[in-house]
Amino acid sequence: MLVLAVDTSTPAVTAGVLDLPADGPPTLLAERVTVDAKAHGELLTPHVRDALAAAGKALAEVDAVVCGTGPGPFTGLRAGMVTAAALGHALDRPVHPVCSLDAIAAEAPGDPLLVVTDARRREVYWAAYGPGGARTAGPDVVAPAELAGRLAELGVTRVAGARIFDFGLPVVGPEHPTPVGLVTAAAAVLRAGAEPGDLTPLYLRRPDAVEPGARKRVSRA
Amino acid sequence: MTIVLGIESSCDETGVGLVRLDGDGRLELLADEVASSVEQHARFGGVVPEVASRAHLEAMVPTMRRAFEVAGLKLSDVDAIAVTSGPGLAGALLVGVSAAKAYALSLGVPLYGANHLAGHVAADTLEHGPLPSPCLALLVSGGHSQLLRVDDLATRITEIGSTIDDAAGEAYDKVARVLGLPYPGGPPIDRAARRGNPRAIAFPRGLTGPRDAEYDFSFSGLKTAVARWVEARERDGEEVPLDDVAASFQEAVADVLTAKAVRAAERFDIGTMVVSGGVAANSRIKALAAERCAAAGITLRVPKPRLCTDNGAMVAALGAHLVAAGVEPSSLDLSATPGLPVSTVSV
Ligand SMILES: Nc1ncnc2c1ncn2[C@@H]1O[C@H](COP(=O)(O)OP(=O)(O)OP(=O)(O)O)[C@@H](O)[C@H]1O
Repeated sequence: MLVLAVDTSTPAVTAGVLDLPADGPPTLLAERVTVDAKAHGELLTPHVRDALAAAGKALAEVDAVVCGTGPGPFTGLRAGMVTAAALGHALDRPVHPVCSLDAIAAEAPGDPLLVVTDARRREVYWAAYGPGGARTAGPDVVAPAELAGRLAELGVTRVAGARIFDFGLPVVGPEHPTPVGLVTAAAAVLRAGAEPGDLTPLYLRRPDAVEPGARKRVSRA
Repeated sequence: MTIVLGIESSCDETGVGLVRLDGDGRLELLADEVASSVEQHARFGGVVPEVASRAHLEAMVPTMRRAFEVAGLKLSDVDAIAVTSGPGLAGALLVGVSAAKAYALSLGVPLYGANHLAGHVAADTLEHGPLPSPCLALLVSGGHSQLLRVDDLATRITEIGSTIDDAAGEAYDKVARVLGLPYPGGPPIDRAARRGNPRAIAFPRGLTGPRDAEYDFSFSGLKTAVARWVEARERDGEEVPLDDVAASFQEAVADVLTAKAVRAAERFDIGTMVVSGGVAANSRIKALAAERCAAAGITLRVPKPRLCTDNGAMVAALGAHLVAAGVEPSSLDLSATPGLPVSTVSV
């Protein structure tokens, strides 16, 4: 089946076109990736168009869309999610949500793994994965030093994702979610033809907003 | 016959409009669906950008579905898409722009990044038909207060004046807070003002001195004057005559807006005035504009309130004018431009 994968949960603006066979891993036909945290809104749709053209496919041939749902910094994340939702609506195709950290983990199978991405404000998004690749903790957002203090408890021996903090673990896997990782993480649901889950962004933070207190006086008392 | 889809997400309203452009250049409104997050902002006393952006993402596709249902159209009926690409809140704009680009790519139709302020003016053409050239637009909303010269809705809009501090709607919202009225402040102040005496208190008229910028506005001093007046009363233990304060404040706003707009129309010899934006729903501003335009021999056009506040129909209407004028569509790497100047009607 022909799958379109998009993710904007990290500074990478990612679009890929893949073939997912009945068995085995997905084959990447073409991808377009630009690492620029400010360009999600601008570049994602052109990347989708260009990846399709490079793969020699038309949008109408796409059977399903897979979309990374974060966690990710708010604004960029929404660009990918609304793009995926609109494509799904316009093409009348299912849009399958994938936790973006799962997509990174899917490309680093093996021993217990920690995945982190940059949450800005001196924090990281993270999740932990067992030897079979299942998520065992997270996703959550925390200061990296605090997360470093929990590595033994989490039992992770490798780290993947953003290279922004030295956890003292061997670094493996990709920095950002990749089209292959996204489709690998969604492969079972895609093959089962299951109803997609809710396309809900993983913000993990509340909006910064303060309720106004008592009215400020303008006159001097 | 051309079907134009309009998408709006510059502030706290997710709007989707569908407009039919007929061969003779007339516009027919087919759908105008709006999802507002205004209630989520009420307790903060103003729009919280992140809250608005989150709401846009949730509302975008459902609002789109409703619009097509109401119009009885299929997505494949769309011939062109217009989306507000600015001015507005960056994160909010991005949701509409990203969605519009994905729809344009999927449907294989041209995309127009459109100016929100020009959209407010275009809204009037849905109700009252084509605009004569030139005309004067007084645009008053929660985020803007501007006087515009419109020579051609699709290509030539020039700013004559604008607020140097608060927008008119912002002044309403802030004064409402001073008076203990709910957000948004426009409607409750308008209601209270109808019961009050507009001449009870002489509040200042901003930028009306002989050396002041003739066509610019300032509402921040007025807001402060109202707050001072109310606090002085409270300090003296006197009751605050809410209706009179509301009426006197509203009179000051309406007086300045309409006086400057009429003066600009006369100075530039423009015979038609359009008042649009959320604050154009105000009863006193409408009445005083009607009175003063009549006295000056100016034709006044005010769209119904539903079309004055942010919506997708106005963006679709502007899109239809862009299509009709043969304006070049935007490229798919279109991005949101929070500070888009009004002179840039499409990008
Ligand atoms: N009857 C009224 N009298 C005065 N002000 C009103 C009235 N009704 C609504 N308003 C004001 O209109 C504003 C909302 O208008 P609108 O939806 O056009 O603007 P906005 O969301 O601020 O967007 P933008 O400035 O981007 O167009 C609010 O400030 C509100 O208080």
